[in-house]
Amino acid sequence: MIRDHKIKKMNYSLVTMIALSLMPIMLLIGCDGKTSPADSSSKVDYASETGAPAYGDALIVGSIGEPSVLIPMLAGDSASHDVAGLIFNGLVKYDTDLSIIGDLAENWDISPDGLTITFYLRRGVKWTDSVEFTAHDVMFGYKTIIDDKTPTAYKEDFLQVEKAEVIDDHTFRVSYKKPFAPALSSWGSMPVVPRHLLEGKDITKVDYRRKPIGMGPYILEKWDSGEKLELRSNKDYFEDRPYIDRYIYRIIPDTATMFLELQAGSIDLMGLTPLQYSKQTNTDFFKKNYQKFKYPASGYTYLGFNFKNDKFKSKKIRQAIAYAIDKQEIIDVVLFGLGSIATGPYVPNTWPYNPDVERYSYNPEMARQLMAEEGWKDSDGDGWLDKNGERFKFTIITNLGNDSRKKTAEIIQWRLKKIGIDVEIRIIEWATFINEFIDKRRFEACLLGWGIDRDPDQYIIWHSSKTKEKEFNFISYSNKEVDDLLEKGRRKYRIEDRKKIYFKIQEILADEVPYVFLYVPDALPIVHSRFKGIVPTPIGISYNLHEWYVPANLQKHKLLP
Amino acid sequence: MFILKKISEMLVTLLGITILSFLIIHLAPGKPTDILTDLNPKVTPEMRERLEKMYGLDKPVLVQYGMWLKRVVKLDFGESFSTDRRPVWDKIKEKIPITLIINILSLVLIFVVAVPIGIYSAVKRYSYFDKATTVFVFVGFAAPSFWIALLLMILFGVKLDLLPISGIRSLDHNDLTYFGKLLDYSSHLILPVFVSAIGGLAGISRYMRSGMLEVIRQDYITTAKAKGLTDKKVIYGHALRNALLPIITILGLSVPGLIGGSVIFEQIFGIPGMGRLFYQSVLGRDYSVVMGILTIGAILTLIGNLLADLGYSLADPRVRKT
Repeated sequence: MIRDHKIKKMNYSLVTMIALSLMPIMLLIGCDGKTSPADSSSKVDYASETGAPAYGDALIVGSIGEPSVLIPMLAGDSASHDVAGLIFNGLVKYDTDLSIIGDLAENWDISPDGLTITFYLRRGVKWTDSVEFTAHDVMFGYKTIIDDKTPTAYKEDFLQVEKAEVIDDHTFRVSYKKPFAPALSSWGSMPVVPRHLLEGKDITKVDYRRKPIGMGPYILEKWDSGEKLELRSNKDYFEDRPYIDRYIYRIIPDTATMFLELQAGSIDLMGLTPLQYSKQTNTDFFKKNYQKFKYPASGYTYLGFNFKNDKFKSKKIRQAIAYAIDKQEIIDVVLFGLGSIATGPYVPNTWPYNPDVERYSYNPEMARQLMAEEGWKDSDGDGWLDKNGERFKFTIITNLGNDSRKKTAEIIQWRLKKIGIDVEIRIIEWATFINEFIDKRRFEACLLGWGIDRDPDQYIIWHSSKTKEKEFNFISYSNKEVDDLLEKGRRKYRIEDRKKIYFKIQEILADEVPYVFLYVPDALPIVHSRFKGIVPTPIGISYNLHEWYVPANLQKHKLLP
Repeated sequence: MFILKKISEMLVTLLGITILSFLIIHLAPGKPTDILTDLNPKVTPEMRERLEKMYGLDKPVLVQYGMWLKRVVKLDFGESFSTDRRPVWDKIKEKIPITLIINILSLVLIFVVAVPIGIYSAVKRYSYFDKATTVFVFVGFAAPSFWIALLLMILFGVKLDLLPISGIRSLDHNDLTYFGKLLDYSSHLILPVFVSAIGGLAGISRYMRSGMLEVIRQDYITTAKAKGLTDKKVIYGHALRNALLPIITILGLSVPGLIGGSVIFEQIFGIPGMGRLFYQSVLGRDYSVVMGILTIGAILTLIGNLLADLGYSLADPRVRKT
């Protein structure tokens, strides 16, 4: 292809673009905009073709959101973390079974009292501007995070640190006031920033925010705001050079459009909706060209009861409601069966998850009986439960714009009606919902979801001290035993010790039903079949992106010299 | 004198608009910091307060307005409240060209198509052409633009594989020749321009038709016809000039819309324009970007009105005299 360097420099200035676009538009001719490689997609059966790993090709990922800032500690949205995760590594990372393994830190020691962690950093790792990565960078990152002027949401974990010190270029030590198990995982990519580029600069203003230099598998090359980000592989990546040469993050704000782009072959990877996964991607075209994956997403949806409200004071009533809701039915209707029943606040098949707790399988008779034991009976025969002449009635609130929550609420309403509980649903715009209803505790029951952190510590959600305005135990749950266990869980480092604690917590939560745990939805990524080497695990598929490859004969995008 | 008076009126109106907008967006529940802090278990209430202080959100609204106004007088819209913290003007600047291009092209398309349709329908009132265009135009007006957009995308993008589905340029855009780039941009723009024009066709062609019918009934047209002028001369020489007057007003009013951009089709076609920027800023309670766009919009609206007034006085001698 001919390249004209003069034209290459031309940005899309106003005048040029008008000039460029006016003429053909006026003629309204349909012109072939596709300049991408020949469309042989229908002929090759990518799914059955195999080949040896080879360098090259490009992976085009579709995303609804656009990153805003690419320094991990400043980012708040998932798009930013998606891309920053390719550019930066952490000291430690999660293995596919959610245990913690070394990344930039080769290994580490934890002192017997659990107060001090010493990290031994990998030698010879270089930032992509060829400066060596050292413990001073980590120290600088730590200082930046705890600096009052840094607007980061991740400060809390680092404020627990009593002392941080650089022992030598490749040894870094932190001490805590109290043993703090979530500490280890906090030393992921958050505190890793290059001191030599950022020292003495205002981190809220520097160009580096949108032109980061990292040491991860990919290097940001170009960012067309609102369109796409282009990354190229880091040939000196300390693990292994990634096979796929280019990673292109396309921003397509509409899911319907994104799905059309997938069908047209213009993107290679996107997350499907349950509807698309189960009904729209079973054609021959998709079977030949795409591979679908399914694994539990790290999040769950629940119905939470406000413990400040007398209606839900009794455990039996909460259990009755849990029995009256058919969770599998919600999954079948709302998610087309693509999810699993939640039994507690952890992802199924990860180590903190306790599979043997009370499940409250759908049982309306049991629900009616439990309600009757609390004195709620249908005494006037109108189909609704009542006590002292008053109906059992409550309102579920949830946020606007989340269709699956709305449908879930409606199914719950219908099921509870069957046992004689009168439910109303209120759907409220997000900001109002949080500020006026959740924060002010003005609700009876709420339908919401939590993302599940990879560390099992959930002190902030369940501990009875976290019930003030804006804190996250907004249902005002309080249980002495859970409090103690949560505190203990933070002090232990070994997985076996922690496992016992969090298993016990799940048993108590299942018995007490502060939330009716409803479902864990499935994440449903689809990837073009020419990409090989993808191994799905409980933490998803993208953890080994640098090992994905396209056999030479299947490569689609050739990099021009 | 006329212009000076108008301009001083405009400044007062502008001040009023900014005060009202500022108050209203601050009245809405939520804060720019919510996106980092809402239901984020890593954020403690103390940290939330610290963040709000950092952004100056703990001060009374009027004080915040004062600070904002002081900056804006110096033509500085400040920094975005979103996590990217970029200057507001940078964010707006990079979105304006594409929005402007699409809007200008669609405006041109609307007028080029709608004005002749309007005239012809009026002259040949109740003819088959009149009826057919009426139906067509109203169907276009009534059909939701996102639906039309999706249908066209399926047809031209997936089935026929003629046009790109979304975005404004291809991945290999920079490797293309000058002519290739031109084709690339325009093939990306065909569908968005067409879809955004379709809704406008109905309005303008109806205005044109009713304006024309109104004029044709006037005595001076009868006079002109009585003088023995040809139909052509009567319609294009006498009637059209008067019938175009309301269209000038509409043109003036569409000036602010030029940078407005439509959320719906920008969202669907994945166009990085003003509509999406505004929508996202409102959702994220990004006060400074919202205020920036509203202020620019207000200024353009006022200028548009002024231009319409001036255009009117040029086209219609009666306005000049009063």
